[in-house]
Amino acid sequence: MSYEFLQHYWCFVVSLLGALLVFLLFVQGANSVARSLGYTEEGRRLVYNSTGRKWEFTFTTLVTFGGAFFASFPLFYSTSFGGAYWLWMIILFTFVLQAVSYEFQNKIGNLLGPKTFQFFLTLNGIVGPLLLGGAVATFFEGSNFIVEKNNLVDITALTPVISRWANASHGLDALLNPWVLVLGFAVVFLARVLGILYVMNNVNDEDIRSRGSVRLIGAAVPFLVFFVAYVIHLLLKEGYAVDDMGRIYMEPYKYFNNFIEMWYLLIVFLIGVVLVLFGIGKTILKKDYNGGIWPAGIGTVLTVLALLLCSGWNNTAYYPSTADLQSSLTIQNSCSSEFTLTTMFYVSLLVPFVLAYIVYAWRAIDKKKLDKEEIKTDHAY
Amino acid sequence: MLQHLFLNIDAGTIDWSRAQFALTAIYHWLFVPLTLGLAVIMGIVETNYYRTQKAISKGNGDKSVAEFWKDAAKFWQKLFGVNFAMGVATGIILEFEFGTNWSNYSWFVGDIFGAPLAVEGIVAFFMESTFVAVMFFGWKKVSPGFHLASTWLTGLGATISAWWILVANAWMQYPVGCEFNPDTMRNEMVSFAEVALSPFAVSKFFHTVTSAWIIGAIFCVGVCCWYLLKKRHTKLAIESMKIGAMVGLIACLLTLATGHKSAQDVAEVQPMKLAAMEALYNGGTDIGLTAVAWVNPFCQPDYQNEAEPPLKLEMPYALSFMATNDIHGYVPGINDILNGYTTPDGKVEPSIDEKIERGKKAIEALAGYRAAKFGSSDDGSTAAAHLKVLQENMKYFGYGYIKDKNDIVPFVPVNFWAFRIMVGLGCLFILFFLLIVILTYQIPFISVFTRRLLAAVGLLPETEADCYAVTNLPAWHYWLAIILIPLAYIGSECGWLVAEFGRQPWTIQDMLPTWAAVSDLNSGSVALTFFLFLILFSTMLAVEISILLKQIQKGPELSE
Repeated sequence: MSYEFLQHYWCFVVSLLGALLVFLLFVQGANSVARSLGYTEEGRRLVYNSTGRKWEFTFTTLVTFGGAFFASFPLFYSTSFGGAYWLWMIILFTFVLQAVSYEFQNKIGNLLGPKTFQFFLTLNGIVGPLLLGGAVATFFEGSNFIVEKNNLVDITALTPVISRWANASHGLDALLNPWVLVLGFAVVFLARVLGILYVMNNVNDEDIRSRGSVRLIGAAVPFLVFFVAYVIHLLLKEGYAVDDMGRIYMEPYKYFNNFIEMWYLLIVFLIGVVLVLFGIGKTILKKDYNGGIWPAGIGTVLTVLALLLCSGWNNTAYYPSTADLQSSLTIQNSCSSEFTLTTMFYVSLLVPFVLAYIVYAWRAIDKKKLDKEEIKTDHAY
Repeated sequence: MLQHLFLNIDAGTIDWSRAQFALTAIYHWLFVPLTLGLAVIMGIVETNYYRTQKAISKGNGDKSVAEFWKDAAKFWQKLFGVNFAMGVATGIILEFEFGTNWSNYSWFVGDIFGAPLAVEGIVAFFMESTFVAVMFFGWKKVSPGFHLASTWLTGLGATISAWWILVANAWMQYPVGCEFNPDTMRNEMVSFAEVALSPFAVSKFFHTVTSAWIIGAIFCVGVCCWYLLKKRHTKLAIESMKIGAMVGLIACLLTLATGHKSAQDVAEVQPMKLAAMEALYNGGTDIGLTAVAWVNPFCQPDYQNEAEPPLKLEMPYALSFMATNDIHGYVPGINDILNGYTTPDGKVEPSIDEKIERGKKAIEALAGYRAAKFGSSDDGSTAAAHLKVLQENMKYFGYGYIKDKNDIVPFVPVNFWAFRIMVGLGCLFILFFLLIVILTYQIPFISVFTRRLLAAVGLLPETEADCYAVTNLPAWHYWLAIILIPLAYIGSECGWLVAEFGRQPWTIQDMLPTWAAVSDLNSGSVALTFFLFLILFSTMLAVEISILLKQIQKGPELSE
């Protein structure tokens, strides 16, 4: 295994985790529409109990995404988290609130009342996907940071920090770029689409299922508008390329070129898009079809995977800097040592086993669909 | 010039970042030990259910006994669940906080440090999160065997997670398996085995996990005593208390043994931490172990001018023995480490001023090396010369960032008192669990003898011979057990205070001081997030305690 292979492999692993995370944001999506989808108190409780059996997967995937990024591309981890401080802090705050909201909501002794925690779930349901989508957009749009490794040897400085954000907003400036918001909202509405599809599959309740088909349109249309807009923008914009000497330069239609040169990614992307459209379309058009989450979910993973790989493979700077072009991060200049990537490669071989037991346990719990009877008689939130 | 143009950091950034990490870690450590400890008790209770259930299917079981254990398992699981959520909520921040607030650290050692964190996520967190859902929601959906396995796997996942994060923390205390690469300006891993199986990590893991079992056990016994006080759910209380006390006793003894080993590790590789823990200003041979002394809790002692803290009560030779397995062993004090020392067997440790000099040389050599290497005119010889100087002084690189030698002395009062509180409470718990085990298990001769002894001194009511009851004891017995719950948490947190305050100012021992490790943020931003976390976590803690108390008051849901 060459160092180059390992860099590309880890870009793939991190992209896959990111893609799985976007799929698992169905938890957030469903929570954000719980009130309208559930309609009654009981209905809302059904939605929360449906996502409540899965929220830990999204959470853990987010945490593992962070850990894997740290291990494989530590310069990204330090530059982005230390620089775009407020962006990440807000994301983390909403997830912290989500973590306790299921358990605490309906328990006696809840000092803040159930509505507070339902608000937290809704907040996380919207802000989480929005800012995560926005963070991913910065892979293409660029961020305002500077990396200067020589700072480490400057003992006259107050502190020898090697990376800094080039303005005082520490990450919030990303939200001033409309395209960042476009992708962010695309992810919000995609999460809603997936959330509605998941709940329709998982909850055996006629009211929820029929409301779901209708709500789905309300989520799918904005998703498609935002997503298509962003994809067109991406394909037309200039991108951040890197040459053999490691110098970053701007290349017109870079991402379009990436999809042409990596035509296999284009195929994956298109299959993904078709699957997502199929899942949505069949659910809207066919009355008794509740299995849309599976094609749409798989399609989401494939599409996001292709997009993320497009940001890092084929000599592309995956974390570009708008403040100092040469500070941009590539998979070559930001990755761990060959030793670490090799060691982690062997660890990553465990991932199929992890996926296998997750699938096994998921099916064990979801074998019997959730219904009103279960939340009355069994352990429920 | 450009690199200073956007400098945000001010002097407050470092301390607010330290405070924030301490806050988030301390809060996380309120919930994790109960998860780890209660998982063991919950697992044992459910195993009893599984076995009695299996006996029924074989034709020789008692349905009411099986149902009793099932209700008990579900009861402890309910309390587990409320606490587990907070552990998860406070944990996610820590995963990212190395990046948000300690970005230079993340860069400087991320090649080594990131790996255990990633492994923790892949191997442990997914195990925990997958099987906890089966545990909560699978009672009616999966077989009793699969459900029992899920309960144990949840605990196992949490324990494996502890392994990897403690590998990471142990590496901060004793960095091994790595080398500095001047071309990439960072430390890089050269041996994963050295990092993952570091003896420091092994002791730390066993000590931390067994101490967490103490928390679970104390909590279990405390809750049971509350039921005995209220004369409710007596059978559940007694049976659970027996399990809790036995787990607690074993845990205490293991914690003691592993604690001793951990302290020996500290003596070997973190002599300044040991000196701070003991308030040992001036070391030497034949050093005693301080039981207690008057160390002002609020200010750094004047270690340079005072020979030792006043009112010192010590066990002669014990510190030398504990640290070196030789009552005449050499243990350096704070001043010895600052001024340099030579051990009786000839090992020379340079003074801190000398280390600072050599560290500065190393940093300058690195700067020179990079200038020569990336400049256009060098033929390689200048770079090679700088590299040689760097390698000769690399061991003290971190000291090059130290401005004054006194900066490397940790805050003695916290280390000193936290250590004593932890050990004192640990000893108390051994006695506590031992007594409960003796009183609740019918150990031939010993149980009766102990009862009669305690009754003779008025600590237990006089009863008939061979009485083993723990019900109807005077209320103060039960209150004592309940009061031990917060004390156990204090003891547990004190352990971490020693571990982390004793390491200061190093984020990685001898390699990177805190001021070289932070992110480029102004103190206002960090102070703001500090207070947001404080308010958020405190509110959630209050809600959790309120819910737990209500759940305990409500009691177990009994099967029909």
